[in-house]
Amino acid sequence: MSAVAARDAVPTDLERARRRRRLVRSLLVIGCVGYVAVLLLLPLIGIIRTALEPGVGIVRETLTLPEVRHAFYLTGIITVITVVVTTVFGLIVAWVLVRQRFHGRAVMNALVDLPFALSPVTVGLACVLLFGANGWFNEFFAARGIQIIFAVPAMVLVTIFICVPFTIRELVPVLEEIGLDEEDASRTLGASLWQTFFKVTLPNIRWALGYGVALTTARAIGEIGAVLIVSGLIKGKTETATIFIFTAIEERQTAEAFVVALVLAAISIVLLVLLEAFRRRSEKGRGHTT
Amino acid sequence: MSTPIVVQDLTKRFGDFAAVDDVSFTAPAGAVTALLGPSGSGKSTVLRMIAGLEIPTAGRIFMGEEELTAKSVQDRGVGFVFQHYALFRHMTVSQNVEFGLRVRKESAASRRARVDELLELVQLSNFAGRYPDQLSGGQRQRVALARALAPRPEVLLLDEPFGALDAKVRQDLRRWLDELHRELGVTSLLVTHDQEEALELANQVVVMHEGRVEQVGAPAVIYDDPATPFVAGFVGAANVLHGQVREGHVHLGAFRLPGADHLDEGVAATAFVRPHDVRVAADQGGDARAVVERVATLGWLARLTLTLDGGETVVAHVPHEELHGAKEGDLIWLDLRNPKAFVRPETAADEGATIAPEEVPAS
Amino acid sequence: MARHLALRGAAILYLGLIVVLPVLAVIREGFAGGLAALREALAIPYAWDAIRLTLITSILAAVINAVMGTALAYVLVRFRFPGRRVLSSVVDLPLAIPTLVTGLMLVSLYGPNGAIGGWLAERGIQVVFTKFAVLLALLVVTLPLVVRQVMPVLQELDPAEEEAASTLGANAWTSFRRVVLPAVRPAVVGGTLLTFARCLGEFGSVVLISGNLPGKTLTAPVFIFQLANQFRPAEAAAVATLLFALAFVLVLVTARLTRRREDA
Repeated sequence: MSAVAARDAVPTDLERARRRRRLVRSLLVIGCVGYVAVLLLLPLIGIIRTALEPGVGIVRETLTLPEVRHAFYLTGIITVITVVVTTVFGLIVAWVLVRQRFHGRAVMNALVDLPFALSPVTVGLACVLLFGANGWFNEFFAARGIQIIFAVPAMVLVTIFICVPFTIRELVPVLEEIGLDEEDASRTLGASLWQTFFKVTLPNIRWALGYGVALTTARAIGEIGAVLIVSGLIKGKTETATIFIFTAIEERQTAEAFVVALVLAAISIVLLVLLEAFRRRSEKGRGHTT
Repeated sequence: MSTPIVVQDLTKRFGDFAAVDDVSFTAPAGAVTALLGPSGSGKSTVLRMIAGLEIPTAGRIFMGEEELTAKSVQDRGVGFVFQHYALFRHMTVSQNVEFGLRVRKESAASRRARVDELLELVQLSNFAGRYPDQLSGGQRQRVALARALAPRPEVLLLDEPFGALDAKVRQDLRRWLDELHRELGVTSLLVTHDQEEALELANQVVVMHEGRVEQVGAPAVIYDDPATPFVAGFVGAANVLHGQVREGHVHLGAFRLPGADHLDEGVAATAFVRPHDVRVAADQGGDARAVVERVATLGWLARLTLTLDGGETVVAHVPHEELHGAKEGDLIWLDLRNPKAFVRPETAADEGATIAPEEVPAS
Repeated sequence: MARHLALRGAAILYLGLIVVLPVLAVIREGFAGGLAALREALAIPYAWDAIRLTLITSILAAVINAVMGTALAYVLVRFRFPGRRVLSSVVDLPLAIPTLVTGLMLVSLYGPNGAIGGWLAERGIQVVFTKFAVLLALLVVTLPLVVRQVMPVLQELDPAEEEAASTLGANAWTSFRRVVLPAVRPAVVGGTLLTFARCLGEFGSVVLISGNLPGKTLTAPVFIFQLANQFRPAEAAAVATLLFALAFVLVLVTARLTRRREDA
């Protein structure tokens, strides 16, 4: 015991090293927190302040505007359709990729990642090229009186394109990890393919699926570049929430733009909480822990 | 070249809990000292404190004349072998082995020579370019050993080095480590919960339990002359018999065993008798009488499960020639040799007779 | 068996219609006039400036993100401090938040009326409507990309390897450099390339904060947008094709690099 007391009197090399290490650690933590603060936290506070600067009443005023309500409504419709389509087909593609072996599987895998490589404006452009005035499919649809471009259908299509990878990329690793054992066991016990899927596979992947859905929702709500090009900017008809923000800023209706932006930010934070919850459940279910 | 390790009053506390409590011992130069104990006994913590991977709450550590207590891990000059090898996954075998030399900025030529020397020593010269995930467990541990030895440490610390390996591989490596040590003569400290390993490899054994040292001594002494009930029960299998001390004997019901002279009159005591010290008496008369419950044939020996008059169960390992015709159901006399008596411990975790896993000596 | 083929068929149809078709359309249009048209398109005033600005800011953002992302991942995995969980969630925010909203967030703070922007303006420093604003926006939207790639690798790393390195004489920095970094390198590279590809196409966060000044702060994606809006799809396609080709090559390289590391 006395040896320890004597040691405390003079800082040893070891203690100096430990003190230095603690200093470096603190600096690293402060540096990283500072980086995130400057990029995200402070701007988040900034937008809350700017949006509410004209007074809290601006929120109600803005949200009762017909264009704004329609914008949210449109965003909602597009998002729901996108989520449904990408989830259903995402499940199919993920299943095929993981459980089947065939030529061209690598190509299919690469195709799933393709939307990540494209700028959203390029996607919008592609849509114009396909369905626009001189587009490949213009004749076909025009003849039947169906308006694709500069109308909601085009906006849905581009959003789907952009959201294709999310669900698939979340499902593939989980499907690979669970493996076939449980499904095989289910089939030997007499369950059909559908029963196996709903009773065995789905429960195992539900958190990853939830995560993919939440991610897709966030991305669909936030889409701007592509929908902006194909929407035609017809007020009250083809303006999503994000397009509304864009045109409002251009037309100097900044107060309304910021309020809508704030609402979208709030929705994103809710989605983020969901994302974190799903991710944690998913990792726990697979035996990893953070 | 080799130096002894001296540990003085070493303590490690986590809040109120003392993982290591006032541990002192000397690991002699050039010898293998085993730290033996069950999990949670604090032996790994002691080893890690000697290496510098943990900071002691109190106590001092010396390597020869040098005090290590205040030195950082990097400056201690000890070699450490981990239970799960801790090989650098993305480096080849030779890169792993030369790591300590590169840190010391040795020249490429001298590094290469040393790596070759060590790989030959551990018999893995052909594996220099392989990656750890291409090796078996036993091979990985040999690489870990070579890596620890490369910088010529004065002391080698091994933390349950064979714990993660199959039984057969474990035995092979044990034998191999023994030979290696004879050749190199580096002071070694080996942590293990496997008493067979400790008894086979070590020149000195430090038995630990709940953070404290129970006994320090040569393997034979630990085995034949346990100083505490824990050592008696932990090292080697033992039959546990409870009784009372009267006139230097432990009285168990109708019988009594000698060897309690060092205990006070009238105390509750426990006597430990090893299964191979329980023999069938040649004639009528002996230390105790028992009914034979079961006779199991195990190669050259028979394992008898017996019930004494007082109801206690006793296990005996008897060579076939010395059975004297005892069969299941017989009432026979037993000789109970070499009983070790201790004051009965407070914690009666030793309900029932045999408290240590049975050892069947390999034939 | 038939069911399997049906599923595969559905998958192929889905991807073919939704993904392949649009890409083909852009490429075909972009190359419609042959390489000459491509060269002509690049000769459009400000086209090359826009592409160059996009390339440079994307490379810068990728490099900065590589360093800060790794540091963030290390801090989040290895250190314990109050608010660690919150920080981890905040880092993921750009995944959920619309890029346009991100742009507005930055404007509200760094614009002339913002808390920091106003303070800097008094000292004669402008943030919005500059090249720096472009970089800033890119850094925000790509913040999680490297961190999320590196964190799982760090979590899997056996701390005993670093302990072993210290018993062999390595100090903290050497141990980090020779044991941790090589292990996370594939993840860092992957995340960096992901960042780069993302930055090449970023629109929403940049369009509001950069001012889109031709030749100065106009980026390629915004330029393509303007061309499309001016009903000049052919030229838009040419620039877009170039941008797409760059990003696609990178995604391929990433995949190849990360797979090779795993095989090693």
